[in-house]
Amino acid sequence: MAPDGTPALKVVGTRPIRPDGVDKVTGRAQFGADFQLPGQLVGKVLRSPHAHARIRSIDISKAEAVPGVKAVMTAADMPEITSEEAFVGEGPADFKDMSGNTMARDKALYDGHAVAAVAATSAAAADAALAAIVVDYEVLPHVIEVEDAMVEGAPILHDDMFTSGVDPKPTKPSNVAKRMVFQLGDVDAAFEKADIVIERKYKTAPVHQGYIEPHACVAQYAADGQVQIYCSSQGQFMVRAYVAKLLGIDISEIRVTPLEIGGGFGGKTLVYLEPLAVVLSRKSGRPVKMAMTREEVFRGSGPTSGGTVWVKIGAKRDGTIIAGDAVLKFQAGAYAGSPVGPGCMTAFAVYDLQDVRITGYDVVTNRPKVAAYRAPGAPISNFGIESAVDELARELGMDPVELRLKNAAKKGTKAAYGPTFGDIGCVETLEAVKNHPNYQASLGPNQGRGVASGFWFNIGGESSATVNINEDGTAVVATGNPDIGGSRASMAMMAAEVLGIEVERVRPIVADTSSVGYCFLTGGSRVTFATGMAVVEASKSVVNELKARAAKIWDIPVEAVEWQDGEAVPAGSNAGDFEPLSLEDIAAKSGRTGGPIASTSSLNAQGAGPGFGTHVVDVEVDRETGHVKVLRYLATQDAGRAIHPSYVEGQIQGGAVQGIGWALNEEYIYDDKGRLENPGFLDYRIPVASDLPMIDTVVVEVPNPRHPYGARGVGEVPIVPPMAAMANAIQDAIGIRLTELPMSPPKVRKAVDEQAAAEE
Amino acid sequence: MYAPSFAAPTTVAEAVQLLANASGVARVLAGGTDLLVQLRSGVLKPDLIVDTKRIPELRTITTEGGGYRIGASVSGAEAGEHAGLSKDWPGVVEAVELIGSTQIQGRASFVGNLCNASPAADSVPALIAVGATAVIAGPNGEREVPVEEVPTAPGRTSLAKGEMVVAIKLPPKPARTGDAYLRFIPRTEMDIAVVGAGVCVTLDESGKCTAARVSLGAVAPTVLVVDDAAAALVGSKLDDAALAALDAAARAACKPISDKRGTIEYRTKVAGVLARRAAATAFKRAGA
Ligand SMILES: Cc1cc2nc3c(=O)[nH]c(=O)nc-3n(C[C@H](O)[C@H](O)[C@H](O)COP(=O)(O)OP(=O)(O)OC[C@H]3O[C@@H](n4cnc5c(N)ncnc54)[C@H](O)[C@@H]3O)c2cc1C
Repeated sequence: MAPDGTPALKVVGTRPIRPDGVDKVTGRAQFGADFQLPGQLVGKVLRSPHAHARIRSIDISKAEAVPGVKAVMTAADMPEITSEEAFVGEGPADFKDMSGNTMARDKALYDGHAVAAVAATSAAAADAALAAIVVDYEVLPHVIEVEDAMVEGAPILHDDMFTSGVDPKPTKPSNVAKRMVFQLGDVDAAFEKADIVIERKYKTAPVHQGYIEPHACVAQYAADGQVQIYCSSQGQFMVRAYVAKLLGIDISEIRVTPLEIGGGFGGKTLVYLEPLAVVLSRKSGRPVKMAMTREEVFRGSGPTSGGTVWVKIGAKRDGTIIAGDAVLKFQAGAYAGSPVGPGCMTAFAVYDLQDVRITGYDVVTNRPKVAAYRAPGAPISNFGIESAVDELARELGMDPVELRLKNAAKKGTKAAYGPTFGDIGCVETLEAVKNHPNYQASLGPNQGRGVASGFWFNIGGESSATVNINEDGTAVVATGNPDIGGSRASMAMMAAEVLGIEVERVRPIVADTSSVGYCFLTGGSRVTFATGMAVVEASKSVVNELKARAAKIWDIPVEAVEWQDGEAVPAGSNAGDFEPLSLEDIAAKSGRTGGPIASTSSLNAQGAGPGFGTHVVDVEVDRETGHVKVLRYLATQDAGRAIHPSYVEGQIQGGAVQGIGWALNEEYIYDDKGRLENPGFLDYRIPVASDLPMIDTVVVEVPNPRHPYGARGVGEVPIVPPMAAMANAIQDAIGIRLTELPMSPPKVRKAVDEQAAAEE
Repeated sequence: MYAPSFAAPTTVAEAVQLLANASGVARVLAGGTDLLVQLRSGVLKPDLIVDTKRIPELRTITTEGGGYRIGASVSGAEAGEHAGLSKDWPGVVEAVELIGSTQIQGRASFVGNLCNASPAADSVPALIAVGATAVIAGPNGEREVPVEEVPTAPGRTSLAKGEMVVAIKLPPKPARTGDAYLRFIPRTEMDIAVVGAGVCVTLDESGKCTAARVSLGAVAPTVLVVDDAAAALVGSKLDDAALAALDAAARAACKPISDKRGTIEYRTKVAGVLARRAAATAFKRAGA
């Protein structure tokens, strides 16, 4: 039986082949850079070579004279926007800042900041035009590291930025955009009662999402002002809303067609090229295609924050954690809006704590403005807190899973950020670890095991879905969320479940902004939950309509018709009176019973179930080279209900792998002028397949009562625990606590040498 | 607009003539796994590109007086599939097979690796350790030089205008001889050596080392031949004292830079580590 007491599920929970699979493995799928329009121009961006510089003037006259050049633009071609909170992205943003980030107006704020763009008939002509643009820069002092940006006398990025959230209101501008405090109980008093206190500071490096597909789009501005945009993004409605706002165009004038997306992980929840392509198309009268190079992706698009995490936790001798305090300082890049808020809110969320306080600072630096990256902010605070909890377990001589079980958040736990948890699976993920063979596997010399748990809210929000029954009894499900992690499969499966037909008879599509109702973007682990809910609602009303049509054909009351396994059957006093009518039968006759059968559902989904996960990793450390090898990796997670278990496992594995990269090698390397030295995958080291063992997964299912099938989001939790799990494993292997990411070979070797020197 | 000339001759004589008569910069194209990357990124704009993959003698591995002659355009994958080569000089083969990935292996050549003249080139320390030579053809005929004499600085070689390498020659393997190559990279693939170490040793019947060569990559502007490190091995059975002396000699020879791939301190330490580990493998292979 399913959670709501309905009969056992036939499709949900199975593993059919994904509907977009053949297109993707044969290369037929069209990603951002694959799309072409006749007559399109090549658009390219000129980027600042300086980390911080005033733009005195930009002379585009020579560029405009280059043969083949059809348009040249600067910020002067975009409307000046007043400060206003942006509403359709992931994480806080401001339209004025967003405009400035797409094209620098008065100042270039980071190496790679766009300052001008061109459109030409060939790439060579576009390159020649970029070289012919003369920008007069006044180079200013810059600041890269978060704590350097906070000190008195640091170079100030924005003269009009005054720290909010402090009393009294500051009179001098600062790089600290905001201070925030979340608290519960009386932390200082609680520490007085603690037997053991762990206090330490940790540091993480900004990391890029590393999506394989660089940003790309084609835009066409027609003579009547209608705008067509074809692009890969995490939300066609997001692109529409942002372009409309940044360029002052009515939403009804813009149609955005989503192309396949080759990874986003949060990094495609905002616009970079689209507004520029629209302006260039408006100026040239031709469609304009723009695609970033990998170097541009690194220099010009947003990674997630790096930050410092100071943690203090207090516990009783029996292992009860009674107090938690943390201070988080996140760098936001060039404009305010780091994910320090969610970093604070998730910090201690895996623990049942009465007395807890988290203070956060949002700080601007001369780096690319950060963008969302899976569970924005949570992995950073989690690295500190879960490292400290591991240190506590060592102090106590307690098994790290037992310590977490003793303190785990449960139904009824009040979280520091406000809500009281309902049905959650934190304990279940810990139990799953305890019962897994990986947790029993024996370890050799220089090998160690590390554990960490993580939390992410997951979100719901606005979604729409349309279900159309075709005349042959097959169905089309249209939604407005780009399919990043296999959501087409899940949408088709949920529709098939409700309709009672095979999933192969349901064709899911991702529709453009003019063809389906509004959907908030693909992010926050929301699509299977929220858009899935819209699909289920629309499918249910289709079933009601199918029953009504059968009732009409049989001429019995609709209440006397039931829908079973894809067929209408007469029930109650009419049971057995008629042969069942299949979906095909009803569809074939629909012309005569009232016309086509279709339904749309638009809703604002509430009650996204929070997600928890626990990871265990075994590593081997080469003390002489500092190399860390991952031997075994297990990730357990509560998925509520895995609609398509393979894609749940895929999300978990992908998150764990990105976290391993974050832990071991990923970092931005800047020279003393603030220029990025490693804008490519050779020296920005994400893990390669041969670096990794199989990532073992255990999906536990504590159903989310607010979703028709119990689903909760799964895409973000798995990137939260890996960094701490890795650090904890390294400590277990070599007895050294590493507090700074990445734990790259030179750093590990240095720590080994320091330990040896200290022992002498 | 940049548009280089391209030629694909079928004989060495033709290739040499094209290179000798070229005006401006001429470059040989073997596998192209360095050259094409440099063209795309715009760091190099040769006026003439001469593809040497159509020259049959450059595509074969032949045995010569008990040693091997590896044509200049032979790919890493082809070297790896050659049974005799893999048996006699496993260190050389493992070095060339470390280059890139399966796709890169189908193209990348020893000679391209050598003539690209990167101090981090993986196959070069291994070639130097076994005493390989490069056969060079030019307008004035052929000459043969030790491999270590080809690169002169990062990106620079001792080849004169009109000259090209036609083959790498590996000597016949003496009895009780073993070679090995190890590199360190932060990942397991698709990376550039932070340090590379090639070691070749010959033992007497008692297992004592009678001859050795040690070569280090990525710790100086060119790949190093470290005679002091070799001397630390000769006369030893690779006891702890010899290992310590080897480690110290390897470190002493390092003249690395600090860059995004590693600090001076780290590179120097790891050079000693890898020299020791490569020596251990070479000894084992020599004794087997
Ligand atoms: C993804 C990737 C991974 C890589 N990984 C590694 C690695 O792990 N280790 C490593 O060492 N390298 C690596 N490389 C670099 C490259 O693959 C190697 O240096 C390879 O051996 C070059 O051989 P090639 O035949 O492709 O040379 P090409 O690119 O054809 O030539 C390289 C240079 O040598 C010159 N040249 C070629 N043949 C001759 C000749 N007969 N006479 C004179 N000059 C000649 C060319 O003009 C050019 O300057 C990698 C490259 C890529 C793209």
